[in-house]
Amino acid sequence: MRHLGVLARIQLSDEEVEHLAGQLAVIVDNIAKVSEVATPDVPATSHPIPLSNVFRPDEVGRTLTHEQALQNAPDAADGRFRVTAILGEEQ
Amino acid sequence: MSDVIRLTAAELAAALAAGEVSSVEATRAHLDRIAAVEPEIHAFLHVHDGAVEAAGAIDRRRASGEVLPPLAGVPLAIKDVLVTTDMPSTSGSRILEGYLSPFDATVVARARAAGLVPLGKTNMDEFAMGSSTEHSAYGPTHNPWALDRIPGGSGGGSAAAVAAFEAPLALGSDTGGSIRQPAHVTGTVGVKPTYGAVSRYGAIALASSLDQVGPVTRTVLDAGLLHDVIGGHDHDDSTSLAEEWPSFADAAREGARGEVLRGLRVGVIRELPDSGFQAGVSASFRAALAAMEAQGAEIVEVSAPHFEYGVAAYYLILPAEASSNLAKFDSVRFGMRVTPHVGSTVEDVMAATRDAGFGDEVKRRIILGTYALSAGYYDAYYGSAQKVRTLIQRDFDAAFAGVDVIATPSAPTTAFRLGEKLDDPLQMYLNDVTTIPANLAGVPGISIPSGLAEEDGLPVGIQFLAPARQDARLYRVGAALEALLVDEWGGPLLDRAPALGGVR
Repeated sequence: MRHLGVLARIQLSDEEVEHLAGQLAVIVDNIAKVSEVATPDVPATSHPIPLSNVFRPDEVGRTLTHEQALQNAPDAADGRFRVTAILGEEQ
Repeated sequence: MSDVIRLTAAELAAALAAGEVSSVEATRAHLDRIAAVEPEIHAFLHVHDGAVEAAGAIDRRRASGEVLPPLAGVPLAIKDVLVTTDMPSTSGSRILEGYLSPFDATVVARARAAGLVPLGKTNMDEFAMGSSTEHSAYGPTHNPWALDRIPGGSGGGSAAAVAAFEAPLALGSDTGGSIRQPAHVTGTVGVKPTYGAVSRYGAIALASSLDQVGPVTRTVLDAGLLHDVIGGHDHDDSTSLAEEWPSFADAAREGARGEVLRGLRVGVIRELPDSGFQAGVSASFRAALAAMEAQGAEIVEVSAPHFEYGVAAYYLILPAEASSNLAKFDSVRFGMRVTPHVGSTVEDVMAATRDAGFGDEVKRRIILGTYALSAGYYDAYYGSAQKVRTLIQRDFDAAFAGVDVIATPSAPTTAFRLGEKLDDPLQMYLNDVTTIPANLAGVPGISIPSGLAEEDGLPVGIQFLAPARQDARLYRVGAALEALLVDEWGGPLLDRAPALGGVR
């Protein structure tokens, strides 16, 4: 469960870890249920209405301005998003 | 025009065009109503301070002799999942508190271009995960029929807003029933269009292969009018269907004449027996079918053996897609940022932000989705669930070979009490048993009021489903039954809703 928290980038408290661990059973139950009918001969449907090759011309379209792209940034400097250190001491 | 808020959108549009009322007057009347009833309902997360100004601009254009689109000047409530440039868009989450989008969702842009007047943003379960609005980070919405009960979800705010006469029209989004189930519990109309029929551009994604935007209204005609405004191909949504659509308002007008019921074949699903529903819900459903039968419709039993796997497949697909879609809330480009301590790395900040910014239900689904997608499980979990989609599509194909539409009760029970199912996610998920198959298969669905349940006096909805791309059929059939029932009741169902704190 802690590993899933790391993968999902959510810092889970001990309480949350315990609470959620019990609920993974829901997924296991669901998989057991769908496995009753999801046999190898059934093709998967990834998309409800099949479409293929949705292209657009390779031209510059409407894009955000620099200001618009940064307007909701929690922190920015010199026209860029500013974040804390990428690497910690142990890395 | 003292009762302008009680008019349907179609009636209000006619009054505006005839000069009997101005858009400013209509908008002010709705803002007054919002101010009066919001302490009880809490349908809105934000009320637009530019609404009267937008209405005035429409009035001036009309006064100058300009010919305006049919709904010009009619107020509109917008679900907070749709981004807007002049109002915050939070999707019901703390992590997006105060977020102002640099662009409008396509449906919002189209509504503005058609002269609709945005009134505000409506409450919803956080990132549309829920069936009750109790998972909103900003507190629940209350059902106008009974304030201690849920208004449905995730789009409970939009449904409650139209049911409480705070807005004549609203926009919603439906991933597993979030338009249709709120319509069911609030005595209103909701349509989930065919997947791809309405643009998802600017709708904050929950599960991209299931999400669809649609109208939330009090009448079928109003839903058709709004669908005509928002529908059609959008270059900015690569899943948008390219076809030309007929007018859904015209379909509703045609349907209201009733001829469509003669010889209409209505499928009822064998695997959804009455025993799976609250008694008053089944009774209302059966009475609506009998009313259609009396007008020449034929009720035919059809089999959909894989519908019972729908909920399980849905709760594999949805968390998987949601965990991926919500990865963008990373504390870097927008939204909340929590720095746990001096020297925190960007990963520490991300994890702390997502812990603080997401509510319990969102965390639950992200973790479940991450698990379902983690190495080694993808084929077994997500892949198997996708096979169920194929099987459900085949069920629909087989059924629609013999019937024109399928009818079901829109949800298993009437509105339950706030808090009643909050600690029981499985019970909460079963609310969607009738609505989920349409999302999995991509077919359109409509919920319209069928009456009140005899045991509790709360609204019940009937759902119609049609083959993909046959949305117009739903408007014809829905409008036909609506006309029959409103005639039988002697007026709209909402006339029987209790008075709220405001002036009615």
